[in-house]
Amino acid sequence: MNHFKINYFQYNSNSILISWPNSIDKHTLKDVLLFKYSIEENIKPLVEVISAYNSLLVVYDFTIDNIYSCISALKVCYNKKNKFVNKKNYVWKIPVCYEDQFAIDINLIANHLKLSKNEIINTHTNNDYLVYFMGFMPGFMYLGGLDKKIHFKRKSIPLLKVPKGSVAIGGSQTGIYPLESPGGWNIIGNSPIKLVNIDNCRIPIKPGDYIRFFSIDSNEYKRILNSTIEYFIEREVIDD
Amino acid sequence: MIKVLKSGLFTNLQDAGRLGFQSYGIPISGPMDKFSFDLANKILNNSLNSSALEITMTGPLLEFYKNTLICITGADISPRLNDIRIENNKIIEVKPKDRLSFGALVSGFRAYLGVLGGFKSNLTHNSSSMCFGVTKHVRLVKNDTLNYQQYDFPFKEQFTLDLIVNKNANHLKVYKGPEYDLLNDTTKKVLFSNAFSLSNTFNRMAIQLNEKLYNQINPIITSPVLPGTIQLTPNGTLIVLMRDCQTTGGYPRILQLDERSINTISQYKKDSSFYFSSII
Repeated sequence: MNHFKINYFQYNSNSILISWPNSIDKHTLKDVLLFKYSIEENIKPLVEVISAYNSLLVVYDFTIDNIYSCISALKVCYNKKNKFVNKKNYVWKIPVCYEDQFAIDINLIANHLKLSKNEIINTHTNNDYLVYFMGFMPGFMYLGGLDKKIHFKRKSIPLLKVPKGSVAIGGSQTGIYPLESPGGWNIIGNSPIKLVNIDNCRIPIKPGDYIRFFSIDSNEYKRILNSTIEYFIEREVIDD
Repeated sequence: MIKVLKSGLFTNLQDAGRLGFQSYGIPISGPMDKFSFDLANKILNNSLNSSALEITMTGPLLEFYKNTLICITGADISPRLNDIRIENNKIIEVKPKDRLSFGALVSGFRAYLGVLGGFKSNLTHNSSSMCFGVTKHVRLVKNDTLNYQQYDFPFKEQFTLDLIVNKNANHLKVYKGPEYDLLNDTTKKVLFSNAFSLSNTFNRMAIQLNEKLYNQINPIITSPVLPGTIQLTPNGTLIVLMRDCQTTGGYPRILQLDERSINTISQYKKDSSFYFSSII
């Protein structure tokens, strides 16, 4: 087990920010998430514990009176974190249509990187992407693990309306836009599944899980998009 | 029922907010000025999570269809009931066909219209607060209707309220943000001695300030943020995150407004000027 130097900081009247050294890697994430589970089980009353790459924000449902006693309670949680090492994680299989009608920037990437469209699609679907956390907009997942072969710089002028469901590459990152929004990433496909919705459903995918993209044709895309039944995202348990 | 005859600049429905979903990237939302929102519900003896309308700068024209009691708090936007001037912070009786209108902005920037029992609305993630990307509608438009419970008069005694007015309304109280200590001494001094003001770029997500600050801090690894977080962008712009802000961000978080100061800045308009004062 790695040993991390962890910093505690009172963020506002009812929150404490916990930070790890500056690094984006899966060992840091594992430590962040184990600590999160331990806090969620041991500390009450909480509003929420929000995780990111190398930080946690513990939001209490009370005003912090004595910061030192809160921090010592958190340190006790940190020492109990290994109880959660066996928590299950999943690989979620996300359908993506990479056909030209959606993949508006794939030719640009192919030309610049001197790859065929199929090579880009194969590289993109051939990897499992670690879900670090959700942020930026509802349901947007920060994913790690994009193959260096298809890293591609962001657009110099962001697109005002990136269509909902767009699957895109921005520098060393890849992701899905759950909603129509402005964005500077290059679009290589579109997923018909809902990652956020207005019907109170919670996204089943959690930080620490993985995403695997698979290619579908436009008929299958339409079938999933127009289906009245909620798409069931296939998953398998991973062991890492 | 209430019907929107004219929408106003940005009239939206808010309850106390959507807590516990930030891990999904879902903003907290809730009223920009929570103090005034709570006040409307307290005056009406509502539960504090009752939905009220947040009215921004230019008020709507509304028609009522059932008897009830209302209360307007926050900004004074010259409210009138059937063309007769009414006061903020008072319980007002309304009857079917009554029309509520607004006029000139006298003070503040956002008013709250509370109704007895709150407006009825579908909940999304436990909240009726409108928010981009979360709810189907982000503001009220012409011909929208909202329901509320009918209440027949007479009602309990009117009461007068002695409001404690914040005499230091142009001082915003701040804590140090997580990246505050990375600022150099000159910049820290500027933060606490110079006046700052609101630019014309503001909404429920964030308020940009006019004054720029010298910035020598690099962007950070994306980390959680909260309403009231003040970010410093690479070109030195200060951004005050507000109630509908993103849940995470990559700009250095140099200051954090205390809860009351978030309410205070919500009542500022373009070019309103203020000072930061440190809590610690």
